[in-house]
Amino acid sequence: MGSLTERYVTAASTYAGDIDGVIMLIAIIVGFWGVLAEVVFLGLVVAFREKKGQKAQYITGEEKHQMAWVAYPHYLVLVCDILIIVAAVRVWYNVKQDLPPADATVRVIGQQWAWSFVHPGPDGKLDTDDDIATVDELHLKVGTVYHYKLESRDVMHSFSVPAFRLKQDAVPGRVITGWFEPTKSGTFDLQCAEMCGIGHGLMPARVVIETAAEHAAWMAKHDTSMAAAVKR
Amino acid sequence: MAEPAQEADAHAAEGHGHAHGEHHEESFFLKYLWSTDHKMIAMQYMFTGMFMALIGGFMAYAFRMQLAFPGIEVPLYGQVSPAEYNSLVTNHGTIMIFWVAMPVLIAAFGNYLIPLMLGCDDMVFPRINRLSYQIFLLSAIVLIYSFFVEGGGFGGAWTAYPPLSAKAEYNNTPLGAPLWVVAVALEFVAFLLGGINFVTTAMNSRAPGMKMFDIPVVIWMIVIASILFMASVGPLVAGAVMLLFDQTVGTGFYDPDRGGDPVLWQHLFWFFGHPEVYVVLLPAVGIVGDVITVFSRKKLFGYRTVLFTAFATGLLSFFVWAHHQFISGIDPRMANVFTVTTVLISVPIAEMMFVYIATLYGGSIRLTTPMLWALSFIFAFIIGGVTGIFLGASGSDIFFHDTYFVLAHFHYTFFPIAILGVYTGVTFWYPKMFGKMLNETLGKIHFWGTIIPFNCIFIPLFVLGLAGQHRRIWNYENFPELARPELFQLREFATISLIVMLLFQFVFIFNFFWSMKAGKPAGKNPWRSSTLEWTTESPPGHGNWKELPSCYRGPYEYSVPGREEDFWPQDEPPAADAKTA
Repeated sequence: MGSLTERYVTAASTYAGDIDGVIMLIAIIVGFWGVLAEVVFLGLVVAFREKKGQKAQYITGEEKHQMAWVAYPHYLVLVCDILIIVAAVRVWYNVKQDLPPADATVRVIGQQWAWSFVHPGPDGKLDTDDDIATVDELHLKVGTVYHYKLESRDVMHSFSVPAFRLKQDAVPGRVITGWFEPTKSGTFDLQCAEMCGIGHGLMPARVVIETAAEHAAWMAKHDTSMAAAVKR
Repeated sequence: MAEPAQEADAHAAEGHGHAHGEHHEESFFLKYLWSTDHKMIAMQYMFTGMFMALIGGFMAYAFRMQLAFPGIEVPLYGQVSPAEYNSLVTNHGTIMIFWVAMPVLIAAFGNYLIPLMLGCDDMVFPRINRLSYQIFLLSAIVLIYSFFVEGGGFGGAWTAYPPLSAKAEYNNTPLGAPLWVVAVALEFVAFLLGGINFVTTAMNSRAPGMKMFDIPVVIWMIVIASILFMASVGPLVAGAVMLLFDQTVGTGFYDPDRGGDPVLWQHLFWFFGHPEVYVVLLPAVGIVGDVITVFSRKKLFGYRTVLFTAFATGLLSFFVWAHHQFISGIDPRMANVFTVTTVLISVPIAEMMFVYIATLYGGSIRLTTPMLWALSFIFAFIIGGVTGIFLGASGSDIFFHDTYFVLAHFHYTFFPIAILGVYTGVTFWYPKMFGKMLNETLGKIHFWGTIIPFNCIFIPLFVLGLAGQHRRIWNYENFPELARPELFQLREFATISLIVMLLFQFVFIFNFFWSMKAGKPAGKNPWRSSTLEWTTESPPGHGNWKELPSCYRGPYEYSVPGREEDFWPQDEPPAADAKTA
C-alpha cells in the first residue's frame, strides 16, 4: 500500500518516505477527529430539529459535569498534538538539521527566471576547473548523498523538488546548505516555489537522476567550458 | 472592571451637533459620506466591502480560467499574461483579506452591532469613526487605481516579499508596487482608528446593568480582534515604511548588498499576518455563536469557555508566525519551537468548535437561512482547522509549503470567515438593518448554490496540492508532472464550480435589493432574540432608542425553565418576569 502522497507524486529520495509517513500519521489523526466532529455535529442538527410543543433544554455548560463533555475531548486533542509534534520534529531534524556527510556537493543558483547548476566534474570536487555548469537541468547520481549550496542572484526563489519532498527558499545574500539522496533514476520536475516576478511560472527545471554508468557517460560528453561563465 | 457609563450621550451629542430624534433632510453628501451615525458608517463599510468582493471574485474567475484553460481568451477579460496573472492573484488575496473580510466583519458588524447590542446611542468617538471610513475609502481608491497605472498592478504576491517587492527592476511594476504599499498602509490607519473606537465603546458605553459577562460573544470577539490587530500591526507598519523607502528613495533595509536583510520583512509581515487570521476569524466565530443560540433556542454552552478560548487563541497567535517561514532560511532549530506553538493552537480552537457543537445538544433547531450559513461555517471551518495541522507540523510542511494544499486549507478557513460568516451576519441582521425580511426561498437557493460549489472548488485543490502543485504558477503545462490530463481535469472542475458559485451570488444581490422594497415587514424582533438590538425599531432611528435600555441578564437566556416565552430579553426588568411566572 502506497502512502497518500505517493499516489500522486513519486518518492525519489531517502527522506521522502519519512515525510510521507508524517503526512500519513497526521492524516489518520486529524481524519479521525475531523470525521468524528462532523458526524457528531450533523447528528445533533438532525436529532434536535424543532418539534412542535417541545422546548429546548436549559443547559449553561458552566457546571463541572457539563464541562467534562468539552474538557475530555480537548485533553485527547492535546495528546494527539504531542504525538504529531514528536513525529514532525523527528523528521524535520533528519531532513533539515542533521546533515549526513556528503559524497558530492552541487551548487544551485536561482535567478530571474532560470535555475543554474554547478556540478563537480570527474574529480568529484566543486569549484575546480572541471566543474560542469548547466541551466535548468540538474544531473545527479542515484544513491549518492548530495549537499546543495543554494544561492539567489536577485530575489527570493524556492528550490522545490516534489519527488524528493525537498523545499528550501533561496535567499539573496546567503548560501544555504542542505542535503538529499536520490533513490530512483528518472527525470523529475523542479519548480520554483516562491513568487519571484513575472517569469515565476516560467522557470521549470528538470532533475535527471542517473545510474553511476549513465552519470559517468553524461559527465564525459559534457562540455565543461560553461563552468567558467557561471562561476563568479 | 469598567463601569457601565451613560456618558456616551454626551460624547455622541458633541459629534452630532443636534438633538436625537430631530428629523431634517440632509444632502446626499452629508448623509452618505459625512455621517457620524454608526449605522450609516457600518453600511458604508459593508457596501464598500461587498463591492470589493465583486472585484476580488472577478479576479478569481479570470485567473482560474487561465489555470484550467491556459492561453484562453477569457470572456469579459481577455488573455491573461504572466504579469497580469501575478497581479490578479496578488490583488485577489489583498482585496479579500484587507478590503472584504476586515471591513465587513470588523468594521461593518462592529460599527453596527456594538452600540446596538450594548444599548447605547452611538460609538464613543463618532468623528474618528467617520474619519476611519473616509481613510478606508481612500485606501480602496488607491488600490483600484494601482491596477491601471503604467506597468500594471503589483504582482509580488499578497505577502510582498522583498527584494522582489522592493525594487522596480525586479517586479516591473514601478508604480503598482508603491501604490499597493500605500493602499495597505492607509487601510491599516483606518482600522487602527476603528479599533480604538470599538474597544473604548465596548468598555465604557454599556447599558446600565450590563456586566462584562453579559456582553454578547460577537461583541467580545470584535473587541479581542481589535486588540489583536492593534497589538500586531505596529511592526508591519514599520516594515511597510521601510519597504516604501526601499522602493521610492533607494534605501537598503531589505537589500543584502547593502547590509539589509530580506528575511526581516517576512518576520514583520507574519508577526502581523498570523494574528490577522484570528483578527478576521474571531468576529465570524462571534456572529456564528450568536446565530446558533437564537435558532437552537439554547443558552451558549459555556459562555466563559468561549471567551477564554478566544483569549488563549489570541495570545498564542503572537507566537506562531514563523510557521510561514519554516523553509525560508530561518535557523532550522527555530522550526521546532514554532511547530509546538502552532500545533498547540489547535487546543483552544478545537475547544471553541466543541462548545458550539455542544450548544446544539438539547436545542430546538430551526433551519432558517442565517442558521444554515452558521452551521455551514462550523462544517467548513472544521475541515479548514484539521488540514492546518499538516502545515503547522514542520516535517510535513516541507512538502506542503507553498503548494495548493496550503491554498485549499486557508480557503477552507477564510471562505467560511469572509463569505459564510458574512452571509450569516447579513441574513441575520438584515431585518434590523432594513426593517424587512429577506426572502427565505431565495436565501436557501443562494445558500445551496454557494456551499456546494465552494466544496467542489477546493476539494480538488487539496488533491492538486498532494500532487506537488505549487502556487502562483501561470501555466502548469510547462511542468511535465503537473501537465497530466487528470490534473487538468481537476483544475477545470474547480474553475467551472467557481463560475457556478459566482453566478449564484446574483441571487443574493437580487434578494438583497428586492427585499428592501418587497420584503415582509420585520417588526422589532422577528427572530425572537433576547439581545438588546432587537428591542428597538427596525431600522433603528438616529440615537437608536427613544429611551436607552437597561440590562438585567446575560445575552443567551433562551428556554429558561418556568417561563412561558422561550426567550428572555436582556432589557426586561425582573419585576415584569415575576408577574408572568
